[in-house]
Amino acid sequence: MTEVYMNGKYVGTVDNPKDFVAKVKQDRRSGAVSTEVNVYYDDVAGQIFVESSRGRSRRPLIVVRDGMPQLTDRHVKQLQKGELSWSDLVAQGIIEFLDAAEEENALVAFSDQEITPEHTHLEISPLAMLGVVTGLIPYADYIQSARLIIGSRNLKQSIGMYATNYPLRMDMDVNLLHYPQMPLVSTVMHELSDYDAHPAGQNIVVAIMSFKGYNMEDAVIINKGSIERGFGRSTYYKPAVTEELRYSGGLMDTIGMPDKDVKGYKSERDYRLLEDDGIVHPEAKVKEEDVIIGKTSPPRFLSNLEEYSLASNIRRESSVSLRHGEEGVVDFVCITENEEGNKLVQVRLRDQRVPEIGDKFVSRHGQKGVVGLIVPQANMPFTASGIVPDLLFSPHGIPSRMTISHLIELVAGKTAALSGRIVDGTIFGGEPEERIRAELAALGFSERGTETMYNGVTGEMLEAKIYVGNMYYLKLKHMVANKIHSRARGPIQLLTRQPTEGRAKEGGLRLGEMEKDTFVAHGASLLLKERFDSDKTVVPVCEGCGVIAIHDTLKDKRYCPICGENVEISDIEMSYAFKLILDEFKSLGIYPKLQLKSKY
Amino acid sequence: MHKDLEEFQEKLPLKLLDEIEALAPASKLKKVAKKVLEEYEAARIDAGEAVGLISAESIGEPGTQMTLNTFHYAGVAEMNVTMGLPRIIEILDGRKSISTPSMEIFLKSPYNKGEKIREAALQIKETKLGDVVSEYGMNIVDLKIELKFSAERIKELGLTPAAIGKVIEKPLASDAQVKVEGDGLTLRLKEKEEGRGLNALYRLKEKCKEVYVSGIKGVRQVLPVKRKDEYLIITFGSNLKKLFELDFVDTTRTTTNDIHEISEVLGVEAARQAIIDEVFRVIETQGLDVDIRHIMLVADTMTASGEIKGITRYGVVSEKASVLARASFETPIKHVINAALKGEVDTLNSVVENVMLNQTVPVGTGLPSLVSKKEK
Repeated sequence: MTEVYMNGKYVGTVDNPKDFVAKVKQDRRSGAVSTEVNVYYDDVAGQIFVESSRGRSRRPLIVVRDGMPQLTDRHVKQLQKGELSWSDLVAQGIIEFLDAAEEENALVAFSDQEITPEHTHLEISPLAMLGVVTGLIPYADYIQSARLIIGSRNLKQSIGMYATNYPLRMDMDVNLLHYPQMPLVSTVMHELSDYDAHPAGQNIVVAIMSFKGYNMEDAVIINKGSIERGFGRSTYYKPAVTEELRYSGGLMDTIGMPDKDVKGYKSERDYRLLEDDGIVHPEAKVKEEDVIIGKTSPPRFLSNLEEYSLASNIRRESSVSLRHGEEGVVDFVCITENEEGNKLVQVRLRDQRVPEIGDKFVSRHGQKGVVGLIVPQANMPFTASGIVPDLLFSPHGIPSRMTISHLIELVAGKTAALSGRIVDGTIFGGEPEERIRAELAALGFSERGTETMYNGVTGEMLEAKIYVGNMYYLKLKHMVANKIHSRARGPIQLLTRQPTEGRAKEGGLRLGEMEKDTFVAHGASLLLKERFDSDKTVVPVCEGCGVIAIHDTLKDKRYCPICGENVEISDIEMSYAFKLILDEFKSLGIYPKLQLKSKY
Repeated sequence: MHKDLEEFQEKLPLKLLDEIEALAPASKLKKVAKKVLEEYEAARIDAGEAVGLISAESIGEPGTQMTLNTFHYAGVAEMNVTMGLPRIIEILDGRKSISTPSMEIFLKSPYNKGEKIREAALQIKETKLGDVVSEYGMNIVDLKIELKFSAERIKELGLTPAAIGKVIEKPLASDAQVKVEGDGLTLRLKEKEEGRGLNALYRLKEKCKEVYVSGIKGVRQVLPVKRKDEYLIITFGSNLKKLFELDFVDTTRTTTNDIHEISEVLGVEAARQAIIDEVFRVIETQGLDVDIRHIMLVADTMTASGEIKGITRYGVVSEKASVLARASFETPIKHVINAALKGEVDTLNSVVENVMLNQTVPVGTGLPSLVSKKEK
């Protein structure tokens, strides 16, 4: 008796599990049951799981029956003629999708040569084992699978031509690479995925060598000449959006140039770029603090009398302006309305991003690195034939990561560039390395891919032969311009009077609990005090009752709320956070009495 | 003590003075002592050094690298004792019941030469009635159980049916009458108002299996091992007090890993040393290098009150004088409210409180202050 579960729920038992599973599979192939159903038989636990739920990842395989693949030459010919489609093959039960569980019961042949009568399925192509992105990695059969995953993750973050209608779209936070290219070493997946419609990298000359230590710890060195010729240049698009919201009582926002008497009016300079409609004009160069869309809102609370009488004039300033450290050019202005019929203004800002120190680059093999130094072309090392590499990659990144495909791509790319053709590097079916090396030798280069190079500064020959070639490199969307942050003085939080947190709020860098401990361990007591002085306050304390007293600045008088005026009141320096906790104690009904005594 | 050394009596520890007297030539005693004093002063930690914090960091940082999994040695006759981070946590928390109590029993001659070690081990291991009984004869008519003993096992343990009968009589007194009958024992179910019958008989059978017969209570397993030239016994389960009653045990070297037991049987000083040894052993086996003085400091704070206090909010932290310092550790509201009920005064003498107020902390440069006289 074998238990049967349908989508995880118990539905009954069967006496002959093998026949049952075979029947379900047969019905699926014949079309009696949906092709999206999978069965898994666990013979150890004596359970059958039938799954038809969503969210299972499944992959296609060719069905093999009695050692014969169901897909024949006849099918292939019909496919080529266009008489047959993929869905026809699935419907006919020639190709079926297996989920992770059903795969456990299957024996999949890698190629049709190795099929035995025990095999149940045949791989369509080794490439079908990989996803679309992973399939883009050349010579993926020469790399650790873990690195392959890292590589495909990096590919997803690369900057490229994400959509060809980009000028018409109001995308949020996107990057666009200026001169994208097709890779010299490509895979079948590039063709299948229409990669030339949305390429995301550039072919560059890479030399594997160290350079003055500026490419240690995965950093890369970039040729300044290459950057000037357009390598890694991209545009960052950032939108500024606002709408005229409606509030209760018929009040609403107005987009337009704010009046000078509006509450919170900035300086006239900040509004200088706005046109009559209160929106910046296209191609205006904007810098931090500049207003992009002028807007005023009705007052938040109607509190004092003044606001009742002159309700129209005390509107609140609520313009959209550039944040600290941001700059760009207004690229596109769109005035429309949203679903509720409110006026909606979208402004797209554009900012050219030229590669700089700290920008992230990656090859297709998970070999990511940050720019460590930009070297003028004249100072870059060069080969005997005068080739100057665009990028210097440190050799220390290779041994521990074992990314052999990275090295093969380099020679394959070199051969491709020299022979003027594209090399196929598809997994388990790429052009063999020996052939590429032989071709390289025939082209008059060392088959090892190494060349004699010369020091760009002194002209001396480098003792070691340098491994140079062409590679496809991608710029990742993590750029320093979006991340750089520092602060000396700046905004503080209202409640605690401590510095704000995070780059967006121009925050401070927290010296945390454990960092504090290191100060104490060094006995740097006064330095620690100074470091924590950011919320320092001077509080008048009543010496009679030990409670915080009141200093009336208007009358310049001090008095204690409990003891009155005839009591000694001293100014005490403490952190505002401590003053706050004293207040919290009081709200708990606890009386925190400060007993003062002279420090000296 | 030599008169030349008398002036150093207050300045140097006695142990050092004894050593100087024993090793240095009598004529140069003063000179040597002077030099030693110089070195001693130089090696001493400066006033105002934050020793506790440095210890915490010195143990805590390597602790982050400690692997959670314990190493198992295939084929080596060792028992699986908790090691690594879980063990350190267990010790420093001052847990009353530890996960794998174990004793290391050193034996007196001739047992430590491997002679009669089996008998010694059998005497230490806790034997229950179920371990020596070979057959249970259930007499349903008379409601009694006839126990037959394994002659071999009893002989090994040096027991007789009569002796066993005597031991088990008391624990079973409420349920059965014990009677010696030839080579076995008879347990006759006592008259009771409720539950007299087959069920009670079976319950008695199960209960009697667990009754203590001989050996040391709590010792579930014994394992004789050879270490260097002598044999010793490692046990699973610990009961130092009862063990020390046996005359073949070398009480000067025998230990347990249960620190509370050591404290009870041998005193706090021994417990302090046990904490140091146990923690240090774990750190050593993990291949880490922590100066033993950091562990000594931790052991000192744990045992300073005369009993073992763990580094928890119930242990040493609750002993802290400052309300704010206690509140900053765990359960702040509890500490603040209790302090308010008692009207506690925080004199702000330690580090954490002063950090909260943003005053100079009384360590290092924050310790000295300028004293001046005001002219009137």
